[in-house]
Amino acid sequence: MAKVKGTIVVDIEKCKGCEICVTACPTSVISMSVEVNGKGYPYAYLNDPDGCTGCSNCAIVCPDGVITVYRQKIG
Amino acid sequence: MAEKVVNQEMIKPENLVYQKTKVLNDNVMHYCPGCGHGTAHRIIAEVIEEMDIQSEIIGIAPVGCSVLMYNYFNVDMQEAAHGRAPAVGTAVKRLLPEKFVFTYQGDGDLAAIGTAETIHACNRGENITMFFINNGIYGMTGGQMAPTTLEGMKSSTSPYGRDIPMMGNPLKMTELVAQLPGTCYVTRQAVHDPSHVRKTKKAVRKALEYQKKNMGTSFIEIVSNCNSGWKMAPVEANNWMVENMFPFFPLGDLKVPEEK
Amino acid sequence: MEEYKLMKGNEAIAEAAIRAGTDGYFGYPITPQSEVMEYLMAEKPHERTGMVVLQAESEVASINMLYGGAAAGKKVFTSSSSPGVSLMQEGISYIAGAELPCLIVNVARGGPGLGTIQPGQADYFQATKGGGHGDYNLIVLAPASVQEMADFVSLSYDLAFKYRNPVMILSDGAIGQMMEKVKFKEQEPRMKTPPDWATVGKPADRGPNIITSLDLDPARQERFNHKLQEKYKKIREKEILFEEIDCEDADYAFVAYGTSARICQKSMQLAREEGIKVGLFRPITLWPFPYEQVTRLSKKIKGMLSVELSAGQMVEDVRLAVEGKIKVHHYGRMGGMIPTPEEIVLALKKQIIGG
Repeated sequence: MAKVKGTIVVDIEKCKGCEICVTACPTSVISMSVEVNGKGYPYAYLNDPDGCTGCSNCAIVCPDGVITVYRQKIG
Repeated sequence: MAEKVVNQEMIKPENLVYQKTKVLNDNVMHYCPGCGHGTAHRIIAEVIEEMDIQSEIIGIAPVGCSVLMYNYFNVDMQEAAHGRAPAVGTAVKRLLPEKFVFTYQGDGDLAAIGTAETIHACNRGENITMFFINNGIYGMTGGQMAPTTLEGMKSSTSPYGRDIPMMGNPLKMTELVAQLPGTCYVTRQAVHDPSHVRKTKKAVRKALEYQKKNMGTSFIEIVSNCNSGWKMAPVEANNWMVENMFPFFPLGDLKVPEEK
Repeated sequence: MEEYKLMKGNEAIAEAAIRAGTDGYFGYPITPQSEVMEYLMAEKPHERTGMVVLQAESEVASINMLYGGAAAGKKVFTSSSSPGVSLMQEGISYIAGAELPCLIVNVARGGPGLGTIQPGQADYFQATKGGGHGDYNLIVLAPASVQEMADFVSLSYDLAFKYRNPVMILSDGAIGQMMEKVKFKEQEPRMKTPPDWATVGKPADRGPNIITSLDLDPARQERFNHKLQEKYKKIREKEILFEEIDCEDADYAFVAYGTSARICQKSMQLAREEGIKVGLFRPITLWPFPYEQVTRLSKKIKGMLSVELSAGQMVEDVRLAVEGKIKVHHYGRMGGMIPTPEEIVLALKKQIIGG
């Protein structure tokens, strides 16, 4: 079976740090940054390049629509 | 766009599986972090894009937190007076019957000051789609008690909790409009987690499809959070909503049209 | 050529509206204007021209339906009477603030409160000084006959669309209910192309049209208010309508509109039979008020009596125009009472000539 791998791109300056994506991620690969963006919010980022499956759960719960998702079959 | 990119090599158009719909523009929404309004806006916009009706739809914004929603949608919109969106939408649809019309209102707007307009639009069976965002509080004015504030729930005008003998009962507007002959589709949904977002989006699609078929009023309540008004962090607010709001405002379809 | 018809003022408004190419009527029954919607429903304008007629759940809903219809670029109107028009004030303010064209007919009755169902002119302040919140003005037309009830409908739409501003026809229960001969214009087609600002669905080649009266940025809101005031200034300069009857040789003048103006015409005749030279100045636009024209007249005569079915509202504008140069008084009856021509002559003698 082909494995899928994904990644996300977070629009950092538009992220408000609500963390709803963190709880929505089935593989727990989203964390909140220590540093803050221009608005003073910590922002979401992918903490494990191999753990993301590109399922889009984080993006579809994001109230601000700041997450773009890519997915690729490997192997 | 500032970003912290991981797996750079995957970022190619052919690998794209999700991006924000073009029916929303790039303005940063003014909503508080984690507010359900943003998600509700986005899935309505996604359905508009998927149905390819961007040039045929007119939205009616309310008074409340979403008063400025027309700043985010790439569709023609009108801003109604407090509670009057169903009356405004009624006229637009009757005068432009070939177009799609949706209203979007909060609980204060739809279920308090605009109760008459809501009930009569639904009872006449106006062929519009009504979105009702219920977070049990007046968010924009600073967290006052709403018609849907739960018993015992604290707000700035029920600081010791909603006391039923003194303040009256919370109103189940969606159950009420489901009784009316003019509504064809009445459902209560939520947008706090991926599965509910997907379900709500399906409901939005159905509602607009029913409008296309002139089947009457379609009414979608979205039970939502108000982190600021509830004085909770976003994730905590969503958990509180699941535990406290859903038992009183149970999710699911209240009325579905008979399949022909 | 079309023949005269014998009709009530309220019915004449309704027929004229169909012929003016109205797209939608939204209203709620209230005496003494219910014939407007009754006539429309009986005439089936949806078959004649495709016009929508809807009985709303309240005046509040009616005026907000007008907002929606006007924002969709359509020709829309509503009609009501004083208490109902009070209910509409919030919506009228929004319509003015969103710069939407529409027609609001007030077939006024005696007040305050539920008042009475007989004719009144005590809504002058409400109609001409704003009525709702914020700095705005309606264009206000005051018909004095059934013919003018009909004629002012298309005039209202012309002004409303020219300036993107709500227009009110301020009539009263007497003119609404009375039957007179009236001749109508030919049927005009309904508008085919919406104005470019209308919310009709956003085509790909333009940005979204937004109809709103909200701007949270106070500097921008102030600029918008300045723009509104510029528009009102232009309307004041260009759109004043009035009528002068027998003012050339007059020593005195009645100032009156609508039903009062009709009674004053008889009073003029009675006064002239007694050798008192009286003219009649009839403002047709109550806003913009013909201040300059009243000023000009005041320079030729000795006194003015403002005759109104109220405790004296328009008289304040007459006094502003006259600037204390000659005597100005008010005579009126209230709460649905109508003065006789004789009592107006008596009032002229007591308050102006002998006073």
